[in-house]
Amino acid sequence: MAKGEPLLEVTDLVKHFPIKEGIVIDREVARVRAVDGVSLTLREGETLGLVGESGCGKSTLCRAILQLTQPTEGSVRFEGQELVGLSRGDLQPLRRQMQMIFQDPFASLNPRKRVGQIVGDPLALHGLAKGAELKRRVQELLDRVGLQAEHYNRYPHEFSGGQRQRIGIARALALQPKLIIADEPVSALDVSIQAQIINLLDDLQDEFGLSYIFVAHDLGVVRHVSDRVAVMYLGKIVEDAPAAKLYERPIHPYTNALLSAVPIPDPKMNAAREPLVLEGDVPSPIDPPSACRFHTRCPWATEICSTEEPAMLEYEAGHTAACHHPRNVDDRKLAAAGSRK
Amino acid sequence: MSPAAKQAKAKAAAKGGPILDVDRLAVSFTTEDGELRAVDGVSFDLAPGEILAIVGESGCGKSVTAQSLIGLTRASNARIEGAVRYRGKDISGLSDDELQDIRGEEIAMVFQDPMTSLNPVYRVGDQIVEMIQAHRDVPDEEAKGRAVELLRSVGIPNPDRRVNDYPHEFSGGMRQRALIAMGLALEPEVLIADEPTTALDVTIQAQILQLIERLNRDRGLAVVLITHDLGVVAEVADRVVVMYAGQIVEQGTLDEIFYDPQHPYTWGLLGSLTRLDQPRPERLPQIAGQPPSLLSPPSGCRFAPRCPHAFEKCAEQPPLEARVRAKQHLDRCWLTPKQKKELRTVGDRIGLEAPVSA
Repeated sequence: MAKGEPLLEVTDLVKHFPIKEGIVIDREVARVRAVDGVSLTLREGETLGLVGESGCGKSTLCRAILQLTQPTEGSVRFEGQELVGLSRGDLQPLRRQMQMIFQDPFASLNPRKRVGQIVGDPLALHGLAKGAELKRRVQELLDRVGLQAEHYNRYPHEFSGGQRQRIGIARALALQPKLIIADEPVSALDVSIQAQIINLLDDLQDEFGLSYIFVAHDLGVVRHVSDRVAVMYLGKIVEDAPAAKLYERPIHPYTNALLSAVPIPDPKMNAAREPLVLEGDVPSPIDPPSACRFHTRCPWATEICSTEEPAMLEYEAGHTAACHHPRNVDDRKLAAAGSRK
Repeated sequence: MSPAAKQAKAKAAAKGGPILDVDRLAVSFTTEDGELRAVDGVSFDLAPGEILAIVGESGCGKSVTAQSLIGLTRASNARIEGAVRYRGKDISGLSDDELQDIRGEEIAMVFQDPMTSLNPVYRVGDQIVEMIQAHRDVPDEEAKGRAVELLRSVGIPNPDRRVNDYPHEFSGGMRQRALIAMGLALEPEVLIADEPTTALDVTIQAQILQLIERLNRDRGLAVVLITHDLGVVAEVADRVVVMYAGQIVEQGTLDEIFYDPQHPYTWGLLGSLTRLDQPRPERLPQIAGQPPSLLSPPSGCRFAPRCPHAFEKCAEQPPLEARVRAKQHLDRCWLTPKQKKELRTVGDRIGLEAPVSA
């Protein structure tokens, strides 16, 4: 897979939600730091997996990238063009290039619209097709995602979860975008159907040269689809690496814990390993722990972790992590990373 | 669990006979479109101290099976046949009042969604107290103390303070723990857990599975675990029942199901997993098509329409019986064990793939 130019560059993106109090005058009493300084690069034709527990800010990050929610600070550049601060009107033509597939196939399709309308609306809204031409293109799309042309006049409730997700994919494809952000596209589906949808997304990527940001909490699925994986914890990226490296030699303790928590579907191997089970829950993003945000749950945490924020260091080509006590790293790499600081 | 512990458990199980015995359970619902047979002749048993997993996809009838065990599917449009025996006594015919003594006391249930299973307007502690006082004549103070103990036993930090919290002050993992605490309040013998970790993150899932394993080990709690995740099964189960379209298609010990699976559907499930412990396949093996509608299931083998290995005989429904040497390993497939051994090998793993035609 040859990867081209950077398609999307996210730099120090921040999204805080104010918590307000007061009857007449709104006073800001606190902030939910949902996304707190995230930098990412996505190249053309590449799939970036984004993993993390619920509440870590994955979905907010996606929405902030697409300008579905106004970022508090930071920059998002799409093909070199800055998106933050653009007006709705200026964003409109750019939206054609960036589409989203949502998690819940039951909630993301309007139950009162026919499939033809759901998939055709983006085309009509952007003035790309109408009348018979519109219908033909929608039917082509339906056919491409593994549905039938005669499904054109059906309603969403007549379809199963997997089929609905296909409708959502057809809708996202309608405008021939370059970037698709898929927010947990398979987590609501059964395993056998999951595989079908993942393979479909894979085929579409090859066919249309799509770039994906693939959000999921299932690490197995993420490894399968991703070229690169970013691990998020409480609004920050803690590790970013080529998929194979992340799974072979995870550096950040949080990544280690996540991987260790995934049950292996093999009884003997399961019994043989010593799982690393994290205590407690993810802290609140309203008042995140100081310095390294993972130190409250980290088995290797020391004094420094609560006083000094670890920098994002590059340990190997393309493999970066932010931790004072990196795992799976030998002295040579450690020294090299230190000198690159 | 160590092999010795496993053996000890198996021995104990063999001595006492099953604690729960489900015999040809069938549940059907009359709907506008006709009769929907959600569960179609399901039989299995549960030994004391055993963890039995029921696996299958959505709509395969696993949750209806679980709920029917304690009479939760009784509705005016439901027809329930077969027997559910608890310690040899048929409880499927009991009235709701009589069942009251079984529910919670002997068999408790934990539901899938911890976000909606607790009442949002009552304190967590009060809900546990209510559960205790509905069954036992215990003064408030004592019941409350018991609630605190229960919360502590499932690993909720600061239980004396947390007992006064409302459900929204708990995280998802803590709510699931609270539900398990509530289920354990009356020290039941059997816990039915319907997808207890599905709504949770992997790190929290690992905590809950550890808790279930600990309760099983320390108290000898027997568990019926309903799940669609074979990873979870591999982690905790002793025996596995695989369901498809309202029927059991395969049943065996954990090792039999994972290392010697007999039914093509089981191969498909095993094959379509994205496994972290194996090299990444170029393409994820998938099971084509979708499960059949239970309003009009196929007359022959129900998996045949999706099975690449189907042949003429599959037009006739295969019975669930032992086809391999292990007598307890049952499956519902006409292929011979020898054929199965060849067909299920895809590359160096188990999977469901169309045979290459010559």
